[in-house]
Amino acid sequence: MAEANLKVFRGEKDSGTFENYKVPIEEGMVVLDAIHYIQQNMDPTIAVRWNCKAAKCGSCSAEVNGKPQLLCKSRMDKFEPGEEITVQPIKTFPHVKDLVADVSWNYEVNKKIVPFTPQPGHNWVVYQEDIERVQEFRKCIECFLCQNVCHVLRDHNRKDGFYGPRFMVRLAGLEMHPVDSANRLKMVKEDAGVGFCNITKCCTEVCPEDIHITDNAIIPLKERVVDEFYDPIAKFFKSVFKAK
Amino acid sequence: MTNYETHEHDVLVIGAGGAGLRAAIEASAQGMNVGLVCKSLLGKAHTVMAEGGVAAALGNVDPEDNWEVHFQDTMNGGKMMNNWRMAQLHAQEAPDRVRELQEWGAVFDRTNKGQILQRAFGGHKYKRLCHVGDRTGLEMIRTLQDQGIHRGFAVYMECSITKLIKDGDKVSGAFGYYREDGRYVLFKAKAIVLATGGVGKAFTVTSNSWEYTADGQGLAYDAGADLIDMEFVQFHPTGMVWPPGVRGILVTEGVRGEGGILRNKDGYRFMRDYLPESTKDQFSANDAESERWVNAAIAGVKTKDKRPPELSTRDNVARAIYTEVKEGRGSPHGGVFLDISYQDAARVRKKLPSMYHQFKDLADVDITAGPMEVGPTMHYIMGGIRVDADSQMSRVPGLFAAGECSGGMHGANRLGGNSLSDLIVFGRLAGLGAAEYVKKLGAAPAVPQDQVDAALAEMEEPFQRGGSGSAKNPYDVQKKLNQIMSTYVGIFRNKEDLEIGIQKLQELKEDIKNVGTKGSKTYNPGWHMCRDLKNMMIASEAIALSALSREESRGAHSRTDFEQLNPELGKFNTAVSKDADGMKLEKTPCPVMPEDLKRLFAKKETTHNG
Ligand SMILES: Cc1cc2nc3c(=O)[nH]c(=O)nc-3n(C[C@H](O)[C@H](O)[C@H](O)COP(=O)(O)OP(=O)(O)OC[C@H]3O[C@@H](n4cnc5c(N)ncnc54)[C@H](O)[C@@H]3O)c2cc1C
Ligand code: SF4
Ligand code: SF4
Ligand code: FES
Repeated sequence: MAEANLKVFRGEKDSGTFENYKVPIEEGMVVLDAIHYIQQNMDPTIAVRWNCKAAKCGSCSAEVNGKPQLLCKSRMDKFEPGEEITVQPIKTFPHVKDLVADVSWNYEVNKKIVPFTPQPGHNWVVYQEDIERVQEFRKCIECFLCQNVCHVLRDHNRKDGFYGPRFMVRLAGLEMHPVDSANRLKMVKEDAGVGFCNITKCCTEVCPEDIHITDNAIIPLKERVVDEFYDPIAKFFKSVFKAK
Repeated sequence: MTNYETHEHDVLVIGAGGAGLRAAIEASAQGMNVGLVCKSLLGKAHTVMAEGGVAAALGNVDPEDNWEVHFQDTMNGGKMMNNWRMAQLHAQEAPDRVRELQEWGAVFDRTNKGQILQRAFGGHKYKRLCHVGDRTGLEMIRTLQDQGIHRGFAVYMECSITKLIKDGDKVSGAFGYYREDGRYVLFKAKAIVLATGGVGKAFTVTSNSWEYTADGQGLAYDAGADLIDMEFVQFHPTGMVWPPGVRGILVTEGVRGEGGILRNKDGYRFMRDYLPESTKDQFSANDAESERWVNAAIAGVKTKDKRPPELSTRDNVARAIYTEVKEGRGSPHGGVFLDISYQDAARVRKKLPSMYHQFKDLADVDITAGPMEVGPTMHYIMGGIRVDADSQMSRVPGLFAAGECSGGMHGANRLGGNSLSDLIVFGRLAGLGAAEYVKKLGAAPAVPQDQVDAALAEMEEPFQRGGSGSAKNPYDVQKKLNQIMSTYVGIFRNKEDLEIGIQKLQELKEDIKNVGTKGSKTYNPGWHMCRDLKNMMIASEAIALSALSREESRGAHSRTDFEQLNPELGKFNTAVSKDADGMKLEKTPCPVMPEDLKRLFAKKETTHNG
């Protein structure tokens, strides 16, 4: 039976080394299966997060040969036979153990966002075409891969100034909901720091849900911020027509 | 002695799926100080994986629908074993709970008139499942999560509970550990709501995740609660069968709801042959009628045509597929073919996006171009912790349960979509029930130190046994358990197999006593598995004993040595509880439905299970 060469980061809190494992390959196998093989047959202490094994829960984010992705969606047959497959935790968040990182910062950020606030007395007649773009944002599985690759967070560690692409997606989903009545644009501009994004689109490239994070969420949010804070004419029309 | 941290709450909710989140929101709204504990990160619970939809008789697509029909369908699907009061509350309250989700920000697919769109599902007379493509569970859990974080309750993530603590007969706390670093934690609580989900990891082929190790069932059983209907295990008819790594992963019933056709290797559409006589009149008479029904559904117009035979109940479709494969008419990898590719490709991608990607990414199959291969996979347990229908309290004062870990609501077979609605209806009632209990309770019950010490000592044992020598590898033991359950307690059962299975389970208990682990406590899955095995064993034994005692076929429970349904046995639930000498089994009378509801079930008695 063919074997894969895995090189997996092992250790706690950043101190660790890469260990080599030889894992038998089955048809259709994904990298998460290989890690589970190690767990069940070689070392039960190897740590990895997962739940659904079907790219639905966003638990198993890691970096395979340097590329951030879901381990449960990362097919073994896309590698050359015998190629070394390096698996390491996502880098932007504090390391816990082996392939597990501490992503709790994201949960703290989420709490700051004003939740959905429906217009009082709305009759809830809402047409499909009016929610289509919001539904795109609601596909997010919170894998935090976009947060992991965004250079503002990854290279410049500006977690103090920028909520990151995941939460731009959430904010856009709320701001564009036809029944929502809250205004989060001040937050988008200030605390969430939309200005930090310089539209490199790295986030969009890694999103396993194919959300057009930059084009459909961030750029429209930037435009709304401009309209709200820098364009008095647009603001005037907005207040007259109550456009959302 | 090793240290632990302590927290105090009025109500502690264990589990953050749909049921736990809804319970925590409700208990907080009642003014309680609430804590919510979950083994995974918030938003990753099983509920996130639900695909097809949430059932509620809104009547947006079929205006004839109402709670009484939903109630009838649920009871008929459950072969009248359901706790009628739970089924009634569920049918009556589901519409309000779904509308509430919408008000909290859930963005359901819409009808042409701008209302929540509903699709057909097996066993539901009308189009009843509110959905968002095939990712309804994600929509639901994210909505509850984003509401929940603003309700002021504390959330403890990646924290596993291993023991419930009691003061006399009353529950008073829970002990556990954080997965991240293995530190121990004690929660003092006046009431506890269990919402821990199911038991799938006791089986080899399952749609369930690592979390489904029967923790709630095991914790409650140890604390003195009883588990009912444990023989009723749902095998979903359509799981993936190929490639091996994805075997068991769910293919939503939504595929059939949208018109998916089942065929065997000869291209024969076999489902009509397996329709029970008693339900034949609810299905189309021929393929032409099925096609007209599908076309009408796609166009969003009403039709008098009846639905295709693929939309029979899950137990029935699973048995049909199993039989086709067993009799040599299966697909190359031991399943049958499910085909939606005859429909417009763009529409399939729109209505079933996650199925499209799942097959494309994991199996190299384009479902818009050809059929999928599917076969039965262990999916859901109808049985669970017995609770009072209105308050959700178990027979242990202060201990509540909701969602998949509780029993009664679904009887002998659950209809698709009835779980997500169950979570929000009974999650809320459990939160309310717990709050009312606490308000009446007065002073907090005591947390006896000896119980805490014992709970801590139990968790240290696997390290003392170590990871080598006579110590057993927990994963090997799990594999053995899976083999036993899949071989002897699977989709078709008989006395001989069940007795062998029970014997083998007894032997395996010795191995479980000897599992050991090495390494540190930091995120150590081997260590966690050592504890999880005990809960899986409790559930497995309960399933096997209950299955042996029910000498009939009813709903999801199919006995090859008792193929008929026996009306006399339908009057009793099977209940197991902990006794000085082990697991005790009792037959307890089902709650009797009042006359005004009985009139909804004029149908003649049948002995055919289907
Ligand atoms: C693939 C799939 C698709 C499905 N599709 C549908 C559908 O379309 N419609 C439908 O109605 N139903 C569907 N179901 C069924 C439904 O999703 C589940 O029954 C339901 O989500 C269970 O919800 P719950 O709240 O009871 O538990 P879960 O959502 O599973 O949550 C359990 C929680 O308990 C926690 N927990 C468990 N043990 C412990 C412990 N010891 N300590 C601390 N925390 C613990 C977990 O971390 C988790 O947070 C589907 C199921 C699957 C697997
Ligand atoms: S486009 Fe913006 S948010 Fe996305 S990775 Fe680049 S800087 Fe970050
Ligand atoms: S937006 Fe995409 S990449 Fe970012 S967390 Fe959501 S699913 Fe993941
Ligand atoms: S395990 Fe759920 S996304 Fe990979």
